[in-house]
Amino acid sequence: MSPLFLFLSFVALLSALGVVFAKNPIHSVLFLILTFFSLSGHYLLLNAQFLAAVNIIVYAGAIMVLFLFVIMFLNLNVDTEPHKPALAKIAAAIAGGSLFVIMIVALRDIQLPAVNGTTFDSQIGMVDKLGMVLFTTYKLPFELASILLLVAMVGAVMLGKRETGERHF
Amino acid sequence: MQPLTNRAKKLEKKPMTLAERAYLPAIFQGLSITMRHFFMKKATVRYPEEVRPFSPIFRGLHVLKRDEQGRERCTACGLCAVACPAEAITMVAGERKKGEEGLYREEKYAISYEVNMLRCIFCGLCEEACPKAAVYLQADKMAPPRFERDEFIYGKDRLVEPVDPTKRSVRGIQLTPEQAAALSNKMAQQPA
Amino acid sequence: MIELPALGWQSIVIFVVFAVSLLIATYCTYAERVIAAFLQDRVGPDRAGPYGLAQPLADAVKMFTKEEFFPGGANKALFVFGPCLAMITALMSSAVIPFGNNISFGNNAFFLQGIEVNIGMLWVFGVVSLGVYGVMIGGWASNNKFSLLGAIRAASQNISYELAMGLSLIAVLMISGTLSLREITIQQSIPGEWAMWNIVRQPLGFIIFLVCAFAETNRTPFDLPECETELVGGYHTEYSSMKLGLYLFSEYVNIFVVSAVMSVLYFGGFNFPFQYELRDWLASSQGWELASAQNLITALGTVLLFGKIFAFIFFFMWIRWTLPRFRYDQLMRLGWTILIPLAVVNILITGGLITFGVIK
Repeated sequence: MSPLFLFLSFVALLSALGVVFAKNPIHSVLFLILTFFSLSGHYLLLNAQFLAAVNIIVYAGAIMVLFLFVIMFLNLNVDTEPHKPALAKIAAAIAGGSLFVIMIVALRDIQLPAVNGTTFDSQIGMVDKLGMVLFTTYKLPFELASILLLVAMVGAVMLGKRETGERHF
Repeated sequence: MQPLTNRAKKLEKKPMTLAERAYLPAIFQGLSITMRHFFMKKATVRYPEEVRPFSPIFRGLHVLKRDEQGRERCTACGLCAVACPAEAITMVAGERKKGEEGLYREEKYAISYEVNMLRCIFCGLCEEACPKAAVYLQADKMAPPRFERDEFIYGKDRLVEPVDPTKRSVRGIQLTPEQAAALSNKMAQQPA
Repeated sequence: MIELPALGWQSIVIFVVFAVSLLIATYCTYAERVIAAFLQDRVGPDRAGPYGLAQPLADAVKMFTKEEFFPGGANKALFVFGPCLAMITALMSSAVIPFGNNISFGNNAFFLQGIEVNIGMLWVFGVVSLGVYGVMIGGWASNNKFSLLGAIRAASQNISYELAMGLSLIAVLMISGTLSLREITIQQSIPGEWAMWNIVRQPLGFIIFLVCAFAETNRTPFDLPECETELVGGYHTEYSSMKLGLYLFSEYVNIFVVSAVMSVLYFGGFNFPFQYELRDWLASSQGWELASAQNLITALGTVLLFGKIFAFIFFFMWIRWTLPRFRYDQLMRLGWTILIPLAVVNILITGGLITFGVIK
């Protein structure tokens, strides 16, 4: 429980609460980005630099930009927010609360595997180690995921391609 | 349609070749053009240090000339004010007193002579109208910018040239011999 | 000699890197104006100081003393936060760039690099991808439709070109096998093989990276987020005084950083031809100590790296005053249907060449 860990956890929890409670959707998104940053800090504390960098690049750098992009287009504010009936609010509170209870129950008896300080490999989160694991143990899932992404990318390019007969303005 | 001249350029719309579609050759062509300009002679005139040369027939600030004996030539006839299309010139005429023969050439002279430089269009018609060869537009001086409007009304104190001949504007309207020669050459080339 | 702990020397290096990137960005504003003037047969600013060299100072004084203006209905906190974020992200990425080899005196030896992390390239890439937040937040907080359009353009442009940029970087990774920028630099300096800079092995990848670098820094011909003719000033329409200054300044810091990254990744970083021959000649024939010969090589290499960076900065400005701006659909088409497929093809070619042992 280093002070850095406590600080990062504090920031993560606070900004996660900010995501939920912020009135302005843009503020919500910004709090979510802050949450991702503190999570990346946690990864760094666990000596998983690659994961930290990729978390920032993919989530904070790309996906959240798209979120922000869409929310800016929608121009959401208090006036346009639809009025929610009290029943929906109560239902949401019950559903959320029971999810919270289930999480606590599930995580209550969790046994953290004991870490032996002498045999523990501190380099386990490094790029090369991660690559080794991905390309040996998890070869098939990795390749399938990469093909999926490649297909998505080819699809995006195909959507962007000009079709024959389309007007070139 | 019958073309009027044979200078019309025939444009063919054909699909671009691969080299044209890659745009890189065109980009390099453009880069080479801008780089040529990088080393070209610059067109800038650094004004306070360098002054752009005036045209030899430039019409600038007015001057009221004196004659060879240092007497004012102006006789306040008002022809310049009449000729002025912008109505920039006003004057008050007065009679020469005894003992002032060294100051004014004629018996009638201008007590005040004012040119409003905000109205003046520097056309030079006053210069042509003057029968006494008194008012000229100098080729080497301009009306400088001022902050107040009344500073643009030039009175005699600023228009009459100094008594000392060495302090007078060298060029006035008189062209230098070279300029005069160049000008007469130019006039000879284009027949009226 | 003062004895400092290793981190002490490193902190000095970090401070110097920070100061140098700011200084270079400052003079980029001057260089931009002078180069623009020269390319247009003018002379540019030459009044403030000799050859106008104090012009950046005069600009800074102007920026600081101008009125701070907040548009009505603007989100004040985010309006201030936007330019700060743009500047922070711009400055963060220069931390991992190796500006020189190691310098040693006595028992102290340190690299001329802010921090060495084994994910240096990902760090640069991640920070660059965050750079768009400054523009987006500032543009949205201005409460102005032109600013919002500029912000949205910046976001979609940066996301589109990040893909192609990342894919062109992967080809470099395949050759080098490491993410550390220092490692990548040192790999390009095999003695006797000085011609093996990555540009020789990755010409197509370099061109893709270069185009994406222009798009990521919002430079002409990709300066659609701030194009005056359509959007007044784009995302910084409503900005004035030093907040505008920070936006303009962060653009130049970005140019500096991306030039440094290109020099390191493709042009050998601080290496230069015949460096080992020169060092050995100094050590053997001239009677120099090996350590001081190495220090000289390092200093020369740093100077040359800055030469490469300046050449790239000049190229950025040269392009700006040569090429006209893209239309928005052309920009998207170039990014998605040309650069990304080209980058994938480049990865395939690189993989094939590595498999058949043509390049290592």
